Amino acid sequence: MNEKKAILVLEDGTCFRGFSLGATGETVGELVFNTSMMGYQEVLTDPSYAGQIVTLTYPLVGNYGINEEDGESYKLFLEGFIVKECAPFRSNWRSKINLSEFLEKNEIVGIQGIDTRMLTSHIRDFGSQQGIISTVDFDVSRLQEKAKSAPGLIGRDMVEKVTCDEPYDWENKERAQLFAGKYKVVVYDCGVKYNILRKLYSSGCSVHVLPAKTPFKNVLEMNPDGVVLSNGPGDPSVVSYMIENIKGLLGKKPIFGICLGHQLLALALGLKTYKLKFGHHGGNQPVMDLSTKKVEITAQNHCFAVEIPPQGMLHKSQYGDVEITHLNLNDQSVEGLKCHSVPAFSVQYHPEASPGPHDADYLFNRFLHAMK
Amino acid sequence: MPKRIDIKKILIIGSGPIVIGQACEFDYSGTQACRSLREEGYTVVLVNSNPATIMTDPEMADKTYIEPITAEMIEKIIEKERPQAILPTLGGQTGLNVAVDLAEKGILEKFNVELIGAKLKAIKMAEDRSQFKSAMERIGVRVPESVYVNSLEAALSIIDTIGFPAIIRASFTLGGSGGNTAYNIEEYKEYINTGLETSPIHEVLVERSVLGWKEYELEVMRDLKDNVVIICSIENFDPMGVHTGDSITVAPAQTLTDMEYQKMRDAAIKIIREIGVETGGSNIQFAVNPENGEMLAIEMNPRVSRSSALASKATGFPIAKIAAKLAIGYTLDEIPNDITRYTPACFEPSIDYCVVKIPRFNFDKFPDTPTDLTIHMKSVGEVMAIGRTFKEAIGKAIRSLEIGRTGFETFLPLESGGWTDEQKLEYLQTKLITPTPDRLWYIGDAFRIGMGIDEIYNYSRVDKWFLYNIKQIIDLEDEIKQNYLKINKASQKNRSFDMDTELLTKAKQYGISDKFLARLCDSGEKAIREYRYQNSVRSVFKHVDTCAAEFKAFTPYLYSTYETSCEAEPTTKKKIIILGSGPNRIGQGIEFDYCCVHGVYALKELGYETIMVNCNPETVSTDYDTSDRLYFEPLTLEDVLEIIHKEKPEGVIVQFGGQTPLKLAVPLEREGVKILGTSPENIDIAEDRERFALLMNRLELKQPENGCANSAEEAKSIAKRIGYPVLLRPSYVLGGSAMRIVYDDQGLDNYISQAVQVSPEHPVLIDCFLQDAIEIDVDAISDGEEVFIGGVMEHIEEAGIHSGDSACSLPPYSINSEIIEELKRQTKIIALALNVIGLINIQYAVKDKVVYMLEVNPRASRTIPFVSKAIGVSMAKIAAKVIAGEKLSKLNMPANIVLKHTAVKEAVFPFLKFKGVDTLLGPEMKSTGEVMGLDMDFGRAYAKAQMSANYCLPFSGTVFISVRDKDKKPIIPVAKKLLQMGFKIMATKGTASVLSGENISVTSVLKVIEGRPNIVDHIKNNEVQLVINTAEGKAAQEASFSIRRTALVHQIPYFTTVAGAVAAARAIEALKSGSLDVMPIQECYQR
Repeated sequence: MNEKKAILVLEDGTCFRGFSLGATGETVGELVFNTSMMGYQEVLTDPSYAGQIVTLTYPLVGNYGINEEDGESYKLFLEGFIVKECAPFRSNWRSKINLSEFLEKNEIVGIQGIDTRMLTSHIRDFGSQQGIISTVDFDVSRLQEKAKSAPGLIGRDMVEKVTCDEPYDWENKERAQLFAGKYKVVVYDCGVKYNILRKLYSSGCSVHVLPAKTPFKNVLEMNPDGVVLSNGPGDPSVVSYMIENIKGLLGKKPIFGICLGHQLLALALGLKTYKLKFGHHGGNQPVMDLSTKKVEITAQNHCFAVEIPPQGMLHKSQYGDVEITHLNLNDQSVEGLKCHSVPAFSVQYHPEASPGPHDADYLFNRFLHAMK
Repeated sequence: MPKRIDIKKILIIGSGPIVIGQACEFDYSGTQACRSLREEGYTVVLVNSNPATIMTDPEMADKTYIEPITAEMIEKIIEKERPQAILPTLGGQTGLNVAVDLAEKGILEKFNVELIGAKLKAIKMAEDRSQFKSAMERIGVRVPESVYVNSLEAALSIIDTIGFPAIIRASFTLGGSGGNTAYNIEEYKEYINTGLETSPIHEVLVERSVLGWKEYELEVMRDLKDNVVIICSIENFDPMGVHTGDSITVAPAQTLTDMEYQKMRDAAIKIIREIGVETGGSNIQFAVNPENGEMLAIEMNPRVSRSSALASKATGFPIAKIAAKLAIGYTLDEIPNDITRYTPACFEPSIDYCVVKIPRFNFDKFPDTPTDLTIHMKSVGEVMAIGRTFKEAIGKAIRSLEIGRTGFETFLPLESGGWTDEQKLEYLQTKLITPTPDRLWYIGDAFRIGMGIDEIYNYSRVDKWFLYNIKQIIDLEDEIKQNYLKINKASQKNRSFDMDTELLTKAKQYGISDKFLARLCDSGEKAIREYRYQNSVRSVFKHVDTCAAEFKAFTPYLYSTYETSCEAEPTTKKKIIILGSGPNRIGQGIEFDYCCVHGVYALKELGYETIMVNCNPETVSTDYDTSDRLYFEPLTLEDVLEIIHKEKPEGVIVQFGGQTPLKLAVPLEREGVKILGTSPENIDIAEDRERFALLMNRLELKQPENGCANSAEEAKSIAKRIGYPVLLRPSYVLGGSAMRIVYDDQGLDNYISQAVQVSPEHPVLIDCFLQDAIEIDVDAISDGEEVFIGGVMEHIEEAGIHSGDSACSLPPYSINSEIIEELKRQTKIIALALNVIGLINIQYAVKDKVVYMLEVNPRASRTIPFVSKAIGVSMAKIAAKVIAGEKLSKLNMPANIVLKHTAVKEAVFPFLKFKGVDTLLGPEMKSTGEVMGLDMDFGRAYAKAQMSANYCLPFSGTVFISVRDKDKKPIIPVAKKLLQMGFKIMATKGTASVLSGENISVTSVLKVIEGRPNIVDHIKNNEVQLVINTAEGKAAQEASFSIRRTALVHQIPYFTTVAGAVAAARAIEALKSGSLDVMPIQECYQR
């Protein structure tokens, strides 16, 4: 164990003392917990965690190190990382470096050796809040002030921090495409996870990734078969340029929204979003497809959700009826939407998984079907 | 989907006696099934031959049949009860096999009974190797390459595709005989020939070896709407090659990336769908190549299994209960999660701790068998421990095992012995390569002598991540030793202790026990405990909540750890702690868990909050809804004191869980804990031979002549005074450990030099051995004023055979009422003299109409469930109420129990699992479980008990008799009776001449040493249907060993005592006089 001390202070003053993990220094962010028992590499590299400090509820992390294939992004966007015990030793045939080295290299400040279950229960009971990890300053009240004064996620555009600067085309490194470019797909990058791109590519799409601020007219000029609205971090309601883009594409191109993309689609359709108490972050969330009544176990990572409109499960929008197609069985929150009159649907969870179960993999096929 | 209303009555099949590979996990699953189906309004009919189960309690099912689990008997039950459905997936392999049998014999069709949970087709597809293989091919899941061959030529033609090492399995053999692993072509040829010869259909399977690959298991559930969830992933510490029941296992999987795990999950889901298990749980095993991640499916159990029990306890997700609800049509989303209340059971548990299971072995009982672990299961029980880290969990699991180890003790003679480093290295290499129960500790030693992780991995193939964690523990031990051994050694005089509290906390977080710390620092456990308390280094408790704290938990299922926040939230209700019985082992099994659970039920009825402490994941007691609060913890003084400190109960009950909690009585009392029931002082009088002898003298009760020796010389002089034969044993025994009967000075010398050390700290007890005496067990309850006699049981086998291994009959079948009254009188006297509050068990010997008291156990005995089931009174429940202060006079006890029926208990043995072990019985207990036969007379009840124990008594054929000299006379009437019933008699020379002298027609056969064809050949040729063989003395036993072993392997019923043979003859007579009927126990009790 790295014996250098570290401290975590929450904005309500709750304090945890542990040991430094990864880089030294200080970092502030919103605290969230993720209940996946595996897949820390995918979690770390998920751009949706921008602005957040992630704690894993599973206590033993780093066991299989970090490999070259399982990254979800080219860099780490999260603010900090918290685990109970980080293994300084890795065991897996694909593993290339240790987790702590990886964090250090990517300048992520973390803390380990704290009672992460206590932290999780605290977030559960009192809701998510800002926290600060420090390996340099141990003055609790000063740290608490810093945490308090940090901007939260509400009302802050995090997408512009994570979207790509330039458009690019995606090709899977590991496998040649079988039906090269059967469909031309544009992906709006709001913080896209690579596995969305991998999935699209391996199911026969040519994949063109665009920065979130690309006007929809440019997309129409590219004349794709369909548009994917990617996952991403933060409050969807302030990402107005994306909402405008979606409005411009609705009815013109088939649209598939994932996570933040789902929330943005909802907003474009006139629905509202709100912030959950502590969000859904993990790989075991049960979601019911209301049309088949079947349940899929899904990977989720979101702090905001779409409100169920006061009139019920069917929403009248200017693009026609919008149906709530999926519900979360734990808290009955909205998990999926479908437009009746225009080709557009979305899910709050992650069909690309990574990390998490593959139960929702069929949604990519559904999108392909929509593009036919 | 709503539950099915076309079904009204459901038959549940239990798993029968506890055997290796099938233990109390199926009582846990069956009990949950009975309860949840009745909750839904179904009428439940249950069949199980094992009386020591909670499921066979008369309240659990509407009709409970304690009958043999055979197609023949179940057909009778079906005919009588006419259930619409059978749920076969909760009764282990036994339940599943008999369901298949019922289906294939057309019985289900005949009575229009449906299999729910898994259909015949699915069961066959999962169980049949070749069907499973082709199913896997259909869905693109890879399995190890394998080919069936019927000749050496065919075998040679396929070996190139399989490669070495190759596994050879002979088809249709029992206990894996004819199976081998070939590493080269020479071995291959040899083993193929052996396998072909062993297989009755001349067939062997040649399979690609995946020895040393990583082994995983997934627990999968499916509902009728085709929703599938994975409840738990399990990673084996021991790689492929060791049966998963014998492997140390860890949950969740530790060294798989999400990508690899999801690949396995996808395969598991495809498998359960393709096999077609409609509803409920299945267990699927995978092997993963550590070099490149190649994944193969190994096998699937289309039913609730041992691993499901582990997964249930590890996650808090009640697999059996949910499986039962799914079988009747509910879907996962319709069933709430009990623990979180507001979320559904349709999810995958996320856990935020590490779970370690370690199997418990009993090789000490079978010194003749090798201790290496293979693909055939040999362990008799298991412990589970929960910690926030692997290090903490494995430390807790080690001390839960109760094998005298408190941590990573050194096994290598490190300091003494004069071994060179090279010798140590060589020794450890072999110990690391061959898996045995002790390999975990040898890994510790390997680190101590400086071996590296890679090196240890190369020998053991234990994943390096596990090895690294063990290294961390060993390194910390070293650090502690370096820094604190000297200081504390010096301060030992004033009994104080000192250590940096941060280091101490770290040691506790690494799972190191106070006892082990004491050893490291040459200090005392108490000194460390007090230092810890003074410095507030105390454990906290966390919930097992299925969801990693994402939702609030409403069920207090707790484990300890050393962290910041404590979630125990003890109540202020009046409460009692019941200490459980720990891992199953020979001598202490499910019977004690049964008693603990009944104790809980009774105290709940009295309005107490009940708190259970136990570490055995197979049990009903560790179900979160059995007691009000459950602590899944090791049963050591340290761990129990922490719970008591947190809960502050009115008292602790130690008398239900066998020796495990009983051992803690005095230490707990010394720490100021109130022990409820019989006082530790009086327990000590009963257990301490000298104090007990004084009491017996005072009460003028007879004991066999006895003495207590502190040295070898003393032992000899005592034996001389008493006269041979004598019974020898170390003081404080469990299950007859190291007990032996010796007939002369030489035998005594052997025992003292080989089996035990004799010293003033370890005295040896010497009793006169009463030859040919009848042994009697009495179970009773005392409240200090009155004594209720539950049952007087007469053993079938004579005194000298351990009571746990002897069959017995309730009521007695040969002693007269005068003696029975005398036994009751003595029981009352001793119970009151010891001021027993609660249960008491007394073993007597009756010889020449004189009653001798052999042993008094002021605690729950192994026979409590048997007696309770036989008489229809829950002895443990009554006892618990008495312990809580109720009086027997207020509890409506039946004044005089007169039974219309006879109940016979028979023991079940694991001999088949252990190569080279003799089947002779003695004072050392060897049985793993028991069955009960219930009928109107002794003969039929005994016949049913034999059937349940899977000894199929023949109706005709040839009986082989070969008995020692002293048995030659008493065997004559048995032989005559068998002859009358139409059997032919075959005997060895000596026995034959005595029998023919009595005008019994007999064929003489050769002993093994006399040439061929001999008796073993005859048994192998199916010319013998029953074996009666007694032997005395080493030479005679060795000479006749192969007879017993051959009978065992060929499943020919055999009796190794005359008493057993007499009873068998009576049973055969009863069987021939008419067919057996079935009767639910609820009808037996109608008085």
